[in-house]
Amino acid sequence: MRHFYNDLSIVLGGAAGQGVQTVEAILMAVLKREGYQVFACKEYMSRVRGGSNSTEVRLSSKKHRSYVRRIDFLFAMDGNVVAHLSDRMSDKTIVFGERERIKESPDLPHFVDTPMTKFANEVGNPIFANTVAVGVILGILGAEETVFHAYLREFFARKGEEVVEKNIEAAKKGFRFGKNIAYQEDIEIGLPRDEKYTKELLIDGHTALGLGAIAGGCDFISSYPMSPGTGVLTFLAEKGGEFGVVVDQAEDEISAINMALGASYAGARAMVSTSGGGFDLMQEGMSLAGIIETPIVVHIGMRPGPATGLPTKTEQADLNLALYAGHGEFPRAIYAPGTPEEGIAMMSRAFDTADRYQIPVFMLSDQYFLDSLSGISESSIALSRPKKHIVETGADYARYRLTKDGISPRGIPGWGQGIVKVDSDEHDETGHITESYEIREKMMEKRMKRLSAMAKDAVMPTEMDNYADAEIAVVSWGSNRSVLDESLGAVRSKKLGGLHFAQVYPINPKVKDLLKGKKIIVVENNHRGQFADLLVRELGVKISKRILKSTGEPFAVEELVDTFKQYA
Amino acid sequence: MPETGKKNFDMPHGTDIAWCPACGNFPLLNVVKQTLSELGLDPKDLVLVSGIGQAAKTPQYVNANMFNGLHGRALPAAVGIKLANRNLTVVAESGDGDMYGEGGNHLTHTIRRNPDITNIVHNNMIYGLTKGQASPTSSLGLRNPIQPNGVVVDPFNPMAVAVALDASFVARANIGDILQTKAILKQALEWKGYALVDVFQPCVVFNKVNTYEWFKEHTYYLPDDYDPTDRQAAFAKACETEKMPLGILYKHERPIYEDELGIKADTPLYRQELDTEKLEALMKSFV
Ligand SMILES: Cc1ncc(C[n+]2csc(CCOP(=O)(O)OP(=O)(O)O)c2C)c(N)n1
Ligand SMILES: [Mg+2]
Repeated sequence: MRHFYNDLSIVLGGAAGQGVQTVEAILMAVLKREGYQVFACKEYMSRVRGGSNSTEVRLSSKKHRSYVRRIDFLFAMDGNVVAHLSDRMSDKTIVFGERERIKESPDLPHFVDTPMTKFANEVGNPIFANTVAVGVILGILGAEETVFHAYLREFFARKGEEVVEKNIEAAKKGFRFGKNIAYQEDIEIGLPRDEKYTKELLIDGHTALGLGAIAGGCDFISSYPMSPGTGVLTFLAEKGGEFGVVVDQAEDEISAINMALGASYAGARAMVSTSGGGFDLMQEGMSLAGIIETPIVVHIGMRPGPATGLPTKTEQADLNLALYAGHGEFPRAIYAPGTPEEGIAMMSRAFDTADRYQIPVFMLSDQYFLDSLSGISESSIALSRPKKHIVETGADYARYRLTKDGISPRGIPGWGQGIVKVDSDEHDETGHITESYEIREKMMEKRMKRLSAMAKDAVMPTEMDNYADAEIAVVSWGSNRSVLDESLGAVRSKKLGGLHFAQVYPINPKVKDLLKGKKIIVVENNHRGQFADLLVRELGVKISKRILKSTGEPFAVEELVDTFKQYA
Repeated sequence: MPETGKKNFDMPHGTDIAWCPACGNFPLLNVVKQTLSELGLDPKDLVLVSGIGQAAKTPQYVNANMFNGLHGRALPAAVGIKLANRNLTVVAESGDGDMYGEGGNHLTHTIRRNPDITNIVHNNMIYGLTKGQASPTSSLGLRNPIQPNGVVVDPFNPMAVAVALDASFVARANIGDILQTKAILKQALEWKGYALVDVFQPCVVFNKVNTYEWFKEHTYYLPDDYDPTDRQAAFAKACETEKMPLGILYKHERPIYEDELGIKADTPLYRQELDTEKLEALMKSFV
């Protein structure tokens, strides 16, 4: 007898182009509608066909939204899956697949010969094997078949009645098979279901950032495709039209950032979305944004470098890039959300910060964050109309008027009686080129001065569990929020408390007090500990331990639990 | 002095102009200001966009909005400005090194997009600001600090490239002839779509070969019966290099990028407000 009351990890594996993506999409939507708490993340290869990709779908009683290595059920849709995932399998893993395709099947402790292709062929086409697979899973779970069928009807509606009916037929075959298997193998699933989860929004990181951009008033994006930054561009191209978002696919990243800066100068709320390599090309543009004090939001979806690195995997190694990008000195802000809720909130905030302080602002995400899918409640999102920080110009307008706080009222061309001149050369208050040392000093002062107000405004990190009383602060940033939360919860030690940063720069001066008297452990997905270095630089703290990973995979709950136990 | 009712593009107070005496940029600056004024444009609704170089300083000396960006990147910025507010008249103006060298890729793709902007290139066949290195349009054999024995690669031919890319408006002028240059610029500014005007001008300090006299001797005006809508003929003309044609080489009305993107004149982006109800509906679509 195998029972799953709190947590179930289902992994779907197959070659690229085989439809694992579709299985995930249908399965997640149906499970959510059935009232399960769901999370999915994926790993895939940089190819269009073949190879071996996998998606992990987790059902849990608590809001667990992180990757686990453990596999309870493995659906092997093709012959390479078992070899590809063998190091994550255990004696307890139940493998579902077709005996003739899975050559390892005789040696697997729990193998269930699952005739997905046979059922699909009975319906008329091997393509239905994906729907059969979803059916098998839902059959094992003992889900409501009507919810499943209703969803299939919606999902395939565009393809016509025949496709819908055939999918439902395939679904039924899989479902019946799954139900029988659960009985034969004595599998019992007692995961809680709750009406409230059925009402959640099911979104991934790309969607969260796209929604956040719209919520922040974004109305211009120019970008050049690069994984995993492309998703936000695609989202805005698809959904931004009705919000008046202008979308341009630039000839290269250099063009993208300069175009976005041109648009922003003329009053748009502009962004670019790219990955580290693409951003490398944008650095001079970054510096331009700094001196012309023109707002822009730059999304870097991080992937492992250097150069092309591992194009479809995950890493957090571009913090230093964002921190130091562009020559010369100028202020910037960097956000790094850890959950979809935070993704929406931080992205929308990024636009406000960029506009308010007239600076470039970074949104740092990564492949793991972007490709992870989970439910969020609508009430977690606070919407308000974005405030525009621009002014109508008077006849004597000067773009770089020296002010107390370093923020000059920002006029734009074509609104008001004034002339708006911005200049990449050092300039006087009117924006004209100058080589006066005196003016240079004043302008440097004016630009840099904004940083201290920005720091006071910076988002405070999230304290987890019993942070206040803990001896050791376990610090993370960006996509590691959930894995930190879950691992600390599992270790349940009073000594350890989690602290997660969704804004990594500037750091709020109050953070120093939060860390006072505690030993600091930093968890991050890179080789050196770039955020740990930043904490040292900014706060002068000592870091006791850096827990790092740069294999291209995210941290798994199990590995952090093992590590934290040493400190508990 | 501008005619009555026309706006003045002169700087309201004197400015220290960073060009060498007798530089070809001076007459071109004047011609540009006069043309803008004669067309009845208003400095408030005009944006001059430039890169970096001596030519790219031109907008510093014009009383109008200015985006003085990065070396080679004037065109993308100009396109962004036009997309954000198509009511603005947008002129991108820089040197030959800026537009044809550092910014070459943008030239190609801006021509393809065909936004309604004017692109003026001060072509002095040299890198002026950085003190005399070869530019993409420098002639074969031109001696310079980096190729002391002379340039060894063929010059870039902007006119032929623009015609080959089916640019909407392709013209060449010689600043030695102010009246004709003004007439050409006027048509370029009035043109709907991307208009390239390559303007020959001497660099009196670093280019001792391509002088006022040289440009005069090596150019001729296209005859009155020349048909600028004939692309093949235009390409043949653009390829002439012994004596180079001046005037409008090629015209082809093409769809405008702003129109293709569905951008409306009545809602420049700065006036757009977020419709939060629509956003709520979009969020709900993910349930
Ligand atoms: C990225 C970058 N590379 C190099 C330079 C140095 N630079 C400034 S202007 C220029 C060339 C200018 O030549 P051109 O565009 O023909 O203008 P001119 O001075 O001749 O009018 C160069 C190489 C720079 N400013 N930025
Ligand atoms: Mg030049």
